Amino acid sequence: MPQIVQIADTLTSQVFWLLVFFGLTFLVVGLGMVPKIMGTVDLRDKQIADDLAEAQAARDAADSEEAAWRKRENDNRAAAQGVIAEAKAAGAKASGAKLSKAQKRLDTRLAKAETAIEAARSSAMAEIEAVAADAARDIVARIAGATVEPAAAEAAVKEVMAHG
Amino acid sequence: MAAEEGKVDPMKQFTIEPLFGSDWQLADGFNIAFTNSALWMAITAVVVWVFVAGGMKRQLVPGRWQMAVETMTGFIDDMLEANIGKAGRKYVPYIFSLFMFILFGNLLGLVPVGVIPGVHAFTFTSHFTVTGVLAILSFSIVLIVGFWKHGFHFFSLFVPKDTPFVMAIFIAPIEFVSFMVRPFSLALRLFVAMMAGHVLLKVLASFVIAGGGAGPALGAAVGIPSFVLMVAISALEILVAGIQAYVFALLTSLYINDAENLH
Repeated sequence: MPQIVQIADTLTSQVFWLLVFFGLTFLVVGLGMVPKIMGTVDLRDKQIADDLAEAQAARDAADSEEAAWRKRENDNRAAAQGVIAEAKAAGAKASGAKLSKAQKRLDTRLAKAETAIEAARSSAMAEIEAVAADAARDIVARIAGATVEPAAAEAAVKEVMAHG
Repeated sequence: MAAEEGKVDPMKQFTIEPLFGSDWQLADGFNIAFTNSALWMAITAVVVWVFVAGGMKRQLVPGRWQMAVETMTGFIDDMLEANIGKAGRKYVPYIFSLFMFILFGNLLGLVPVGVIPGVHAFTFTSHFTVTGVLAILSFSIVLIVGFWKHGFHFFSLFVPKDTPFVMAIFIAPIEFVSFMVRPFSLALRLFVAMMAGHVLLKVLASFVIAGGGAGPALGAAVGIPSFVLMVAISALEILVAGIQAYVFALLTSLYINDAENLH
């Protein structure tokens, strides 16, 4: 086994060159480069964590903004509903008053018209009676040749009309 | 362990050869010849550096390469966080270097550069001198952190929580031995796993060559199944390369956890 056979000749050389090259590796790569590489990794991890935290904060802000907006919107909606209800109530009241006023006016006009109609009817009735009495008198004079007193004729007509 | 003429020696791949002369000396008797092993350590260090440097663009939205590098650092970071907790972060540079160095060393040793004549892949993690140094490094960190944080109270590591005194007398020595064995088990596990896989591949390769040399009939009967097995075991070795690097890093982090969070 050369490892054992050559040990006396090569031990110092092996140890020396190993210490030189492993030492160089440790100094240049281990101490010089590895911390920088790990620093880069840490920096990246930190940046990612910061970005995530920022995104979370932005999301929370957006959520609270939305909640505030929703609340404001709901309040506005409720206020609008109140205004509408008020306006509806006022409108209903006003139209009710107008309606009742118009109704009253209509009623009075109706009553007036009815009385006028009644008066016209009664006057027409009286005229019809007079005409009927005259006609009855003429008919009696023509058929019976008798002359009837206007008063008697009127009374007879009235009697007949009353029986209807 | 000399190979006979024309036969494949499965152990030859672990031979260390000086590349630019063997007389490099740091001090008297302290030989630091630049060997093939040192070359592959250098290649591994460069490949790890290139891989990680490709992920240094530091873009907010990572590309594929940056994503791959960040996955590796994140993997080590998660492992340390799971085993040690928040305090584990400061060990990421060491564990990451350890994991990547072993992983790339293991994988580069499997790259079939042997198809180029004269070039031989070398797996330095198949040498216990190398794995031993890495294990001692990890073990030293455990000791230093343990005594630094807890002082002599660190010795209470050998007495599990709520142990009656009578039992502690027997348990403490056992715990002490198991603690002291850690660097050896850490080093030997990686060394043995890497060596065994490479030896197995070379043995099967020698079957293919020997079968081919013994004529077409025997070559087909022995060589083809051996070759199919080699392909399958190569895939397994890639898995083992990753697992052993992971186990080394994981156990190191578990041991550091003992020192960081005593009981």
